[in-house]
Amino acid sequence: MSSPVDQAKNAEKFLADTVHEERLDKLLWAMRMRRDAAARQVPEWEELRTLASEIKEHTLSNLSQYLLQFEARAAANGMIVHWARDAHEHNQIVYEILAEQGIEALVKSKSMLTEECELRPFLERRGIRVTETDLGERIQQLDDQPPGHIIGPSIHKTTKDVAVLFSQKYGSDPNNEDAAYLAGVMRENTRPDILKARAGMTGANFVVAETGAIVVATNEGNADLSAHTPLLHICSVGIEKIIPTTESLAVFVRLLTRSATGDTITQYTSTFRGPRQGATMHVILVDNGRSARLGMKRFWHSLKCIRCAACMNTCPVYRRSGGLSYGSTYMGPIGIIMMPTFEIRKYSELPFASTLNGSCTNVCPVKIDIHEADLRVAGSHGGERPNPSRKKGGHAGRRQSAQPSGALPNRDGHTVSRTGSPATLRRLQPPECMGQAQGRPGGRQGNISRMV
Amino acid sequence: MLERPQTSGSAQTLPGLQGEMTMQVALMVPCYIDMFYPHVGIATLELLERLGVDVIYPKEQTCCGQPMANSGCYEEARATEEHCARVFGSFDCVVTPSGSCTHHIRNKFTAGADSPEKQNLVRNTYDLVEFLHDVLKIREFPWATFEHKVALHTSCSAIRGLNMASMSERVHDSVFSKPKALLSRVPGVEFVEFERVDECCGFGGTFAATEEAVSARMGYDKLAFMQKALPDCIVSSDMSCLMHLQGCARRQKQDIPFYHLAEILNGVSL
Repeated sequence: MSSPVDQAKNAEKFLADTVHEERLDKLLWAMRMRRDAAARQVPEWEELRTLASEIKEHTLSNLSQYLLQFEARAAANGMIVHWARDAHEHNQIVYEILAEQGIEALVKSKSMLTEECELRPFLERRGIRVTETDLGERIQQLDDQPPGHIIGPSIHKTTKDVAVLFSQKYGSDPNNEDAAYLAGVMRENTRPDILKARAGMTGANFVVAETGAIVVATNEGNADLSAHTPLLHICSVGIEKIIPTTESLAVFVRLLTRSATGDTITQYTSTFRGPRQGATMHVILVDNGRSARLGMKRFWHSLKCIRCAACMNTCPVYRRSGGLSYGSTYMGPIGIIMMPTFEIRKYSELPFASTLNGSCTNVCPVKIDIHEADLRVAGSHGGERPNPSRKKGGHAGRRQSAQPSGALPNRDGHTVSRTGSPATLRRLQPPECMGQAQGRPGGRQGNISRMV
Repeated sequence: MLERPQTSGSAQTLPGLQGEMTMQVALMVPCYIDMFYPHVGIATLELLERLGVDVIYPKEQTCCGQPMANSGCYEEARATEEHCARVFGSFDCVVTPSGSCTHHIRNKFTAGADSPEKQNLVRNTYDLVEFLHDVLKIREFPWATFEHKVALHTSCSAIRGLNMASMSERVHDSVFSKPKALLSRVPGVEFVEFERVDECCGFGGTFAATEEAVSARMGYDKLAFMQKALPDCIVSSDMSCLMHLQGCARRQKQDIPFYHLAEILNGVSL
């Protein structure tokens, strides 16, 4: 059992280094300002946020139905669809696909889901070499650090940090901090891996139920290179990424990048409808705690997240703490309400890394109520509040009780098992999702076309 | 239920209320103001009385329960919230010079058992700014002048919890600020503009104790943004933010005065 992450202490360390702290704060605040400017250009911005929120709530309320629709369409498009109950099953599926063809090297684009599943160490332990092709993610891989921000993994690093790192790993000039030079070094070193690779992997920003399409948004084009160069494309998707229609996709595409960086759209918004001729495409639909979270009164709405990081950019605590201080896959405001659902004890104190100022809730493109104080209790008790948890320090004393890690009670008090074969998941998933969603306030039924 | 205290003097007719009804106003002085800034409680009382309001100060009052509830300690908050509801639950109007206490009572008062008193309190509690601006609709403070440059800070509770001012995140909303509207009616007041005007000051209640380093950094940053605009003083309708900023200023040996909005409206001089 791991002891709780002490975000406050980690943040204090980060703050002691004023160069990195000031830079991160300014950089991300500028991003927030760019988001404001972009939103100002769209008169119907608030309407879009409401629409996006409603589409997500509708989809989550009918999750099983849309997942099955996607599975059927994707299969008809020639994709091979897998279901993974948890991280281990996901990793095992990826490994087996690779092992079956004797593949020893994988190129992949950035995917928070594969971070969540700890895929890279899993594959590396089994002798498969993994190359991250996103610049920031590759920097973090070389530095043996997890991402510090969900869309800018190495945003906490200065160009000097990168120059030094690359000089150690690639033998480049440690004194050349020019961003274009450093990007060139990265390109020269990863491009051969991409060209040689027999398998490529991507995540997905959205998957569309009605068409069976997978949508990946990137700025570097590395996802497209990773997916298109090798003859095998594996795509990992969290089950909450599903949206009903191409029409609803338009709502999210308009919101995503404007919320994230203030750009109108990413350089590449690629839609994969199926394998190209002679190639194979696998899609792995991953639960890993999502069905259980859908049943948690205070946490289910975090499943609406589209991973834009607007909440991190605006969060005054995140900007001064650095993403690594959270010690978790997802960090910042969305992280502190998501992580306790993965491992209650380890992340029990994250919900306290908030002044409850509410800025995050108001930039969130899908209107997640991120900042409510309730989560400080729920954070330690799986969504309910039978006993108060206590933040250490101050007058509150130490927390009293701890739930065992690895098993989260759902709303009915049942523990969701971490074991089980894909076959049982395949059978269990639809009724499980449906039953939990129907009793949920805010859940929307009905025809999606009426909303868009 | 506690007995309703006797009033002193004759009750006034409040113009902004329904019809020409007479009512009493109970003054809730937040615990930290009572302990650390009693003069702000006094200024609030004096100001309300100057405006002809019949103010009652229930002496049994303690705290609204916010510090415990915001820390997730609902069990501990319960008795305090229930006491607060018993003390204030029979008044038609409860006024407090604190956005965060008002936000807690209006929007997050869930630790205690439900009761008619509690529902009454939740419905009838106003921040002082709301009471002056929306209920009494006071626009003149003839006894006050303040010939100084003011950096006005409005708390996150007041902005995003009570909608007392527009927030920067909602870029299409029209820009307004009730505290500023009131303060601007005091002759001589000049506002200075500063960067990141509605970023949190870093207080966050118990956050200031449990996340000390980040809280302090936020406070120092907020002060620096304000000081760049060269104000004569820093004013807020939330004393808790000012308590934090004042602490940060002291540690940096900055000599700048802090005022609660009620003090300026009541005619304080620098």
